[in-house]
Amino acid sequence: MTFFLQLIVTGVAQGMVYALIAIGFVIILKCSEVFNIAQGHFVLIGGYLGWTFLVLLGLPIWAALLAAIATAVIMGLLIERLMLRPMVGKPVLAVIMMTIALSTVLGGVATLLWGAEYKAYHGLLPTIIMKVGTISIPSESLIGLIVSVICVAILMFLFRYTKIGLAMRATAEDLQVVQSVGIKATTVYAVSWVIASVVGVIGGILLGGVSGANMDLANIGLKAFAVVLLGGVNSVGGAILAGIILGMLENVAAGYLDPILPGGGLAQVFPFFVMIIVLVFRPHGLFGLAHIERV
Amino acid sequence: MLEVNNIEVVYMNVIRVLRGVSLMVADGQIVALLGANGGGKTTTLKAISGMLKTEEGEVTDGSIEFDGKRIDRFGPEHIAVLGISQAMEGRRVLAHLSVEENLLVGAYRRKDRQGVKQDLEMVFDYFPAVKRLRRRMSGYLSGGEQQMLVIGRALMARPKLMLLDEPSLGLAPLMVQEIIEIIKQINVDQEMAILLVEQNVRAALDIAHYGHVLENGRVVLSGPAEDLKDNEDVREFYMGLSKVGAQRSYREVKHYRRRKRWLG
Repeated sequence: MTFFLQLIVTGVAQGMVYALIAIGFVIILKCSEVFNIAQGHFVLIGGYLGWTFLVLLGLPIWAALLAAIATAVIMGLLIERLMLRPMVGKPVLAVIMMTIALSTVLGGVATLLWGAEYKAYHGLLPTIIMKVGTISIPSESLIGLIVSVICVAILMFLFRYTKIGLAMRATAEDLQVVQSVGIKATTVYAVSWVIASVVGVIGGILLGGVSGANMDLANIGLKAFAVVLLGGVNSVGGAILAGIILGMLENVAAGYLDPILPGGGLAQVFPFFVMIIVLVFRPHGLFGLAHIERV
Repeated sequence: MLEVNNIEVVYMNVIRVLRGVSLMVADGQIVALLGANGGGKTTTLKAISGMLKTEEGEVTDGSIEFDGKRIDRFGPEHIAVLGISQAMEGRRVLAHLSVEENLLVGAYRRKDRQGVKQDLEMVFDYFPAVKRLRRRMSGYLSGGEQQMLVIGRALMARPKLMLLDEPSLGLAPLMVQEIIEIIKQINVDQEMAILLVEQNVRAALDIAHYGHVLENGRVVLSGPAEDLKDNEDVREFYMGLSKVGAQRSYREVKHYRRRKRWLG
């Protein structure tokens, strides 16, 4: 039982990080109907940025986080200005192709700057061990959990109660209406890309803190897709819950199934099985917004 | 205030929809744009609001001036800020946002918080039905309520000129009457100029000061609303009335007897 709870707790913590990354994805999808293939590559860049600021420059963790966020903001703005803005008004599929290009570019940049090497910064995040009963929570998980919960809370507040949040939700509904009241769609797009880039980078640092930075971090993007599809592509709340579910499944599968099966690695695949089964019965995902149809 | 001078509009570089439309809206006036389907009424509104540019349409000739400034090259965001706000055809509510949020979106570019609050109350005064539903998700409102919401949203921008595209579309006759009356009231109370596109010709001419009839992308007839109401062609083709003003009997009428003169 302790083992199981242990797996659940680490799973939840890891799932929150997935959820955070997936929110970046959902925001872009909602605002501009673009499926951002490059979301995983933000995570990749984030992992390496974490190493750069924590190890290479030896910054304390808060300074490293701030520096990484600042870099992410600039990256998001540049990407929107240089790659996405020229595509405004073009077919959505063309824009999605552009994000494929973006993922290649970001992968290339990472290789160029950091040599595609494995960079460990394990143990550099502060060590807080928390014990609840017999379960001990590893510090990386705990930090991951806290940081993601804070970020998600900030984002939720932003959407619900600020003017730009209102503009973003409105843009997700009807672009023409939004333009007709004088909201600049380009501003909304820029903000959504900045958010996606920031949450990706933060997620990258959190995951990098657990397993170090390497090119595989980009594949986390795949998990973000799974989270998004499971939660419902246009639901932020759904992404959070689906992220947690996926994190738990992954850990439980790793704990119980991997020792049995030779070779292991089922943990990586198992959540996708579940996703497929859920999608068969609920094509909108668990919490996708139903299309309001008045009859 | 608004002057549309002989504009031509082309969609996707090939489809010419307007071929020389001119009209004027003076301060505090309601101007009705009437005509059959495909005549170019909506396109005219979109040309004014700049919305054409989001649909691969373009004003290729002529000019649109608002308060003496040429606006036909501006984007919709820019034009909205200048004081033109459009309620698009087909009750375009932001379905997953609450009623109040929908209205606040309309006031997005305004800086005067106090004024926005007052205007919110003003909209609720015009549309008490909307007030009761202010926390409701707007996608679930009835058709009439959604139409009121959309007009209210256009109002929230406190525009100098409001463009209304078929506010009566798909509404019950009683509802149409109510909405039309409120539009008139807004025009009188707020001294707001309104350019109104309507299929319901009688309702539109009842409240309008001036009217234009569009056919095949041209203005074929214009004049004060009173004159148009008495115009034989308008009565026959857009109101379905005969000379006497009585409902026409389709059993007796010979269709070829009378044609729209402007089609030839």
